Amino acid sequence: MSMLGWFMRLRERRTRELADELQAHLEMAEADRIARGESPRDAAANARREFGNVGLVQEVARDEWNGAGLAAERLGQDLRFAVRMLRRAPGFAALGIVTIALGIGASTAMFSVVQATLLHPLPYPHPEQLVRIEDDLAGIGARDVGMSTPEWHDLERSNIFTHIAPAWFDNNNLTGLSHPQRVALQIVAPDYFVLLGMKPQLGAGFDPADPTPGFNTQAIISDALWKGSFGADPRILGRVVQLDSDSYRIVGVMPRGFQTPSRVGEERRTEVWVAFGFAGAPLNEATVMSRSPLFQGAIARIAPGLTIADAQRRVDAFVRSLRREYPADYPPRSDWRVRLVLLKDAVVGDVRQPLVFLLGAVGLVLLVGCANVANLLLARATTRGREMAVRQALGGAPSRLMRQLLTESVVLSVLGGIVGIALVLVAKNTLVRLIPDTVPRVNDITIDWGVLAFAFLASLAAGALFGLAPVMHVRGLDVTRVLKLEGRGSTSSRDQQRTRRLLVIGEVALSLVLLSTAGLLVRSFWGLLQVPLGFDPHNVTVVRTRLPYPNEVQEDLYPTAAQAATFVRDVVRRIRALPGVDDVALGSGAAVPLDHPYQDQTVTRVRIEGDVSHGDQPLLLTGSQVTPEYFGLLGMRLVGGRSFDDYDNGDNPSVAVINESMVRRYWPHDDALGKRVKLGRAAADWTTIVGIVADARTDSLAGVSEPHIYTSLYQQEGKHLAILLKGRFETGAIEQAVREQVQAVNSALPVFGAERLSDVVSDSLAMRRFSMMLIAAFALTALFLAALGVYGVISCMVSERTHEIGLRLALGADRQDVMRMVMRQGARLAVTGAVVGLIGAAIVSHAMASVLVGVSPSDPATFTLATALLTFVALAGCYVPARRAIRVDPMVALSS
Amino acid sequence: MAPKHPPTSRIELLQGTLDLIVLQALRWGPCHGYGIVQLIRAQSNNVLQVETGSLYPALQRLLRQRVIATEWGRSDNNRRVRLYHLTAKGRARLTAERSRWQQLTEAIAALMVAPQPEES
Repeated sequence: MSMLGWFMRLRERRTRELADELQAHLEMAEADRIARGESPRDAAANARREFGNVGLVQEVARDEWNGAGLAAERLGQDLRFAVRMLRRAPGFAALGIVTIALGIGASTAMFSVVQATLLHPLPYPHPEQLVRIEDDLAGIGARDVGMSTPEWHDLERSNIFTHIAPAWFDNNNLTGLSHPQRVALQIVAPDYFVLLGMKPQLGAGFDPADPTPGFNTQAIISDALWKGSFGADPRILGRVVQLDSDSYRIVGVMPRGFQTPSRVGEERRTEVWVAFGFAGAPLNEATVMSRSPLFQGAIARIAPGLTIADAQRRVDAFVRSLRREYPADYPPRSDWRVRLVLLKDAVVGDVRQPLVFLLGAVGLVLLVGCANVANLLLARATTRGREMAVRQALGGAPSRLMRQLLTESVVLSVLGGIVGIALVLVAKNTLVRLIPDTVPRVNDITIDWGVLAFAFLASLAAGALFGLAPVMHVRGLDVTRVLKLEGRGSTSSRDQQRTRRLLVIGEVALSLVLLSTAGLLVRSFWGLLQVPLGFDPHNVTVVRTRLPYPNEVQEDLYPTAAQAATFVRDVVRRIRALPGVDDVALGSGAAVPLDHPYQDQTVTRVRIEGDVSHGDQPLLLTGSQVTPEYFGLLGMRLVGGRSFDDYDNGDNPSVAVINESMVRRYWPHDDALGKRVKLGRAAADWTTIVGIVADARTDSLAGVSEPHIYTSLYQQEGKHLAILLKGRFETGAIEQAVREQVQAVNSALPVFGAERLSDVVSDSLAMRRFSMMLIAAFALTALFLAALGVYGVISCMVSERTHEIGLRLALGADRQDVMRMVMRQGARLAVTGAVVGLIGAAIVSHAMASVLVGVSPSDPATFTLATALLTFVALAGCYVPARRAIRVDPMVALSS
Repeated sequence: MAPKHPPTSRIELLQGTLDLIVLQALRWGPCHGYGIVQLIRAQSNNVLQVETGSLYPALQRLLRQRVIATEWGRSDNNRRVRLYHLTAKGRARLTAERSRWQQLTEAIAALMVAPQPEES
């Protein structure tokens, strides 16, 4: 506004000065005439006559300012003219604006996701210094096995980092409020928040130098929990709450939107943090002193001035010295290493590739949209050729006309961009809901200045891009030829027709790239849906509960598997009696197929009897504890030995059931039945393998089957319990029914997370489904635009050749021949585009081979189908003008 | 906007000539618009009569090209007037244009005295 005001004032001043100057001129002329002897009246009249029209002189002088003096003013003129031209062709304007709005809207939406997740995944100060420390046992192919307390303290002393904080994710039962509640909890070192550079919005938080070896009984809660469960109580600080029966004092509330850095959605939504020294109760002395992994990695802040590469080099040297110092703990065979991963990468994880891919795809759609609008503009340029030629003939500088046309394009694209942003703003919440939970910071996706700047620049770039075509046309305009042309004023030159054909070919090619990519993704997805699961999710509902794990041992109601077994049996009996329940089984968290809550719940340390290939190191396998009904309920097939039964309890020796993959990996030539393994601690009792189940896709639908070991929930305790129910239920009602039964046994237990197993299965494909649906939507948009492009070019060609077609018909040409001629033109465009597109598609599909499942990147069926669909749609787009061509009335065409 | 040379159209050639004449007139020192008209008329022996409708746009154009500059001053009879004077850039332009003009007139003169075809 002030800018415009400034221009206005400047212009006013200059106008005043000019008037003053001209007045002075007149007065001097008059004075001279009087001096020469004219009468004052004659002098005034003559001077005025000699001067000419004062107003006109003023105006032509001012025109010089408009010429270049005030660029803003000239821009204003161009803008007004552009808007006027667009308003005179509302259909054209609307089509252009909608096309661009779709392109810009989709790009902006995608960019806002990328900005929040990939560009700024860590909303903490100096995120580039933050790393996750992952320990690998490269020798046995184990990655990210976790870290021990002595290793943590060693690294702290190394001076490579300013802070290192172990973080251990867990669930806890929050009791003492109106109803027991499961909370997502993180056990962290006291300097965790200082490391991240974040402060609570309320309270002082933990003392970063707190030396307490165990829990210091302080807790910090999230803003969501504070508002949801504590009514945003302003006097929350100092309040004591029960977490797994232990008492904690609340010392802080984190700000709204604060999230723990993690790749797992559930961990990011941590509600409670408790400080732990990782060196005291409930851990025993031996555990604390041991160098075998205790907690799931740590995050750290690299000392200022060090790059991650420097830090990694120092860590490597440090690790070598530790390996020399503790050869028994770090046998050369296991090849212990410590790897620093940028926290940003650790958090973004697997979603980077699909997001970048989607951003690229949306860019292609925008490009197709641009090509289309360029075509529209060119088509209009042909009808406006006469106007342009006349303006040039009358002295309009070509540069000025080109600027004018470019302004029109940019106005069009900026209008499109504004509509696009409006669309995004309106649809934002719906769109965000479509984004799967695996994408970090989904709730932080905002349409901020960065996103708006992106949208604006993208619009300008798009406008300049598609505006170039008609501008080039003006440059090459042959004024004389155009003005000589009679009649319709259609002026498309050969050059211009070629440009338009090239644009359409480009559109067709890009559309085919998108279409075949979408085809491959759909086929992969379809293939995954057809994968034999090895279990039957039909009519199975999962409800979860959790037994507390208090630090105060005397508070623990379920210290042993036998005591927990009593609870489990009670729950099974009660739930089986519920109406509509056909069958019920309990299992640990990992027993729910395709549900990956947190790794530490699923990883089981296994030592195979007589196996010395790994030395002292246990194998890390996926394991779960289940009740005897489990395999039957899920329809998992037993291929050898027996399943669990009620006698597999605390009074009898431990037994295990393993899957075929585990047999193949560890006993490829042997009978696995009867073999013995140790689970967990090296001092544990032997567990005998009594059964083998067929492989099931319990880990991932896409990947190969991994070894899995099942133990009896009556022999091995599980704290995180999944209750699997067979029958037809409404999830809310069954959760309430199960809650009543569970709380009748123990009123302090939370019951939560009711979900159909079929939904769990389908959620495991969420990111794939998201990518596939978006790409498919993009592909269809591009297809539609390409068809529109073909339609435009052919239709223009037909109307330009009406005269010729009429002549042919008059000379007795067959209407079918005319039809064929027109269709051939369209087919040539489609085929050329398809050939170029196939090359592009082959490159893209090989680049994304890693995400394809069960389909080759050069799958002939997909490519054929995509090409056929595209050709069909392109020909359909060309059929309409072809019909018009054969309806040409020779008499009318020739006489016009 | 880039200065328009070499001039191609008829109008632009005339404009360029007027610009040259105005610059030439200002060579004698700061002068106001009316003075420039008088100066050109006097020096061209009353042949060239610059129209105000051409002069003032030309002055604005030259200002924009920064070959002349302006300030408010007093005329001989103490009226507040706008005085124009050459800038360093303007002097350089004048020198260049003048030698070009010289070449052009010499070339045209040579053309005119060259042997003529017989006129029928």
